[in-house]
Amino acid sequence: MNIPANLKYTKSHEWVRVESDGTVTVGITDHAQELLGDLVFVELPDIGKTLAAEQEAAIVESVKAASDVYAPIAGTVIEVNGAVPDAPESVNQDAYAAWLFKLKPANAADVDALLDAAAYAACADE
Amino acid sequence: MTQKTVLNETHRRLGARMVDFGGWDMPLHYGSQIEEHHAVRRDCGMFDVSHMCAVDIAGADAKAFLLRLIANNVDKLKEPGKALYSAMLNESGGVVDDLIVYFVADGQYRMVINAGTAEKDLAWMAARLADWQLDVAVVARRDLAIIALQGPNAKARVWQVRPDARAATEALKPFYSVSVGDCFIATTGYTGETGFEITLPASQAETFWQQLLDAGVAPIGLGARDTLRLEAGMNLYGQDMDESVSPLDAGLAWTVDLDSPRDFVGKPALLAQPQQKQFLGLVLLDKGVLRAHQKVVTAQGDGEITSGSFSPSLQQSVALARLPLATAIGDTVQVDIRGKLLAAKVVKPCFVRNGKALV
Repeated sequence: MNIPANLKYTKSHEWVRVESDGTVTVGITDHAQELLGDLVFVELPDIGKTLAAEQEAAIVESVKAASDVYAPIAGTVIEVNGAVPDAPESVNQDAYAAWLFKLKPANAADVDALLDAAAYAACADE
Repeated sequence: MTQKTVLNETHRRLGARMVDFGGWDMPLHYGSQIEEHHAVRRDCGMFDVSHMCAVDIAGADAKAFLLRLIANNVDKLKEPGKALYSAMLNESGGVVDDLIVYFVADGQYRMVINAGTAEKDLAWMAARLADWQLDVAVVARRDLAIIALQGPNAKARVWQVRPDARAATEALKPFYSVSVGDCFIATTGYTGETGFEITLPASQAETFWQQLLDAGVAPIGLGARDTLRLEAGMNLYGQDMDESVSPLDAGLAWTVDLDSPRDFVGKPALLAQPQQKQFLGLVLLDKGVLRAHQKVVTAQGDGEITSGSFSPSLQQSVALARLPLATAIGDTVQVDIRGKLLAAKVVKPCFVRNGKALV
């Protein structure tokens, strides 16, 4: 399983990268894209939207089914990856390059409670 | 207990993602469902459909049994080998299953029924047989495997592997069948492409599959099978119709013979309750994906999507839907997707045939 050690994770299969300016970048894991199969539609949140932790933030749909992407922590959407809705397959090709949205955390310390790579690997293996 | 076809280990060796389908452990895809879909539309692909059940129906009263059992009329089967698609109905006119029946010879028919409904169907047939006191044997052939080859190059690939089958199948028209040695070869399918469905002894399935793989035929999972049949406008049992749905409301009126004086199970119910809804296609004009059970809002009332997905051939979402009788082809309707109303166009329920877009 492809689970980069430098990222944080959630049980609901989002990955989180803490940037140098304190914002966080969010996507879905390689394991998630593999479970979903070929993606054909992605809907991203509106910029400026305030999200609670575990609130639905985006939707990814494969040929098979629709699936919610949740906000890993509380925060405000400051940027979305507009290239992804035009090419949903980019998430299948490289789930860690095809990020979905960036959040300004409501509380920077919240990321500490997320899973590390080893903990996510154990949870994805179940 | 999940059932396995004789090719189960072969699918796993090929790296298939396996899923439960109607109680069977089957390949969903072998990597990319969309690539598999395109392989069938553009070249050729093969499907293990051994979870479907071949049933031999033989005896002096075989025809009389089928005349009463199913909604289409087996009297249409004049030439040996000819196939007929039909619904099998219950007393209230709901669909017990949809099936294909092949006329093998006088007093001898073969039926292919769905995987998830096979046990129910066999019990249903046994009960009718007991009621009607006919001289017929109904035998489920779980000793057989079924491999479907579909796509513009499917027949050529089969002949490459089985040159002995060429002469008997080259001139076979669509919806016919013929026996070649141990193989029962039919020009039927579930993709809207040309090809064969080949029923053979389970013991020979792995060798045949491997020969086809070596000839360059791509294995195709049930995921692509579903988008292919959806584009072809073919019904899926349990989704587009079931025991609570009349065939007249599921786009199957063409398979129901109400004209002949023949009596069959469910006929009085269909005569008492004419068509309530029409079964049509939808093409989503906005971005998104149509899915089963989404509500369709029309000027004539509400409808419901029964099957929907993204169409890899058309690169947009399509669906089959039950709509009010007054809704017309060409109308623009709205589909409720997670609370948003998105525009869709009403079309004939057939989106792609023989590799060509029809909408």
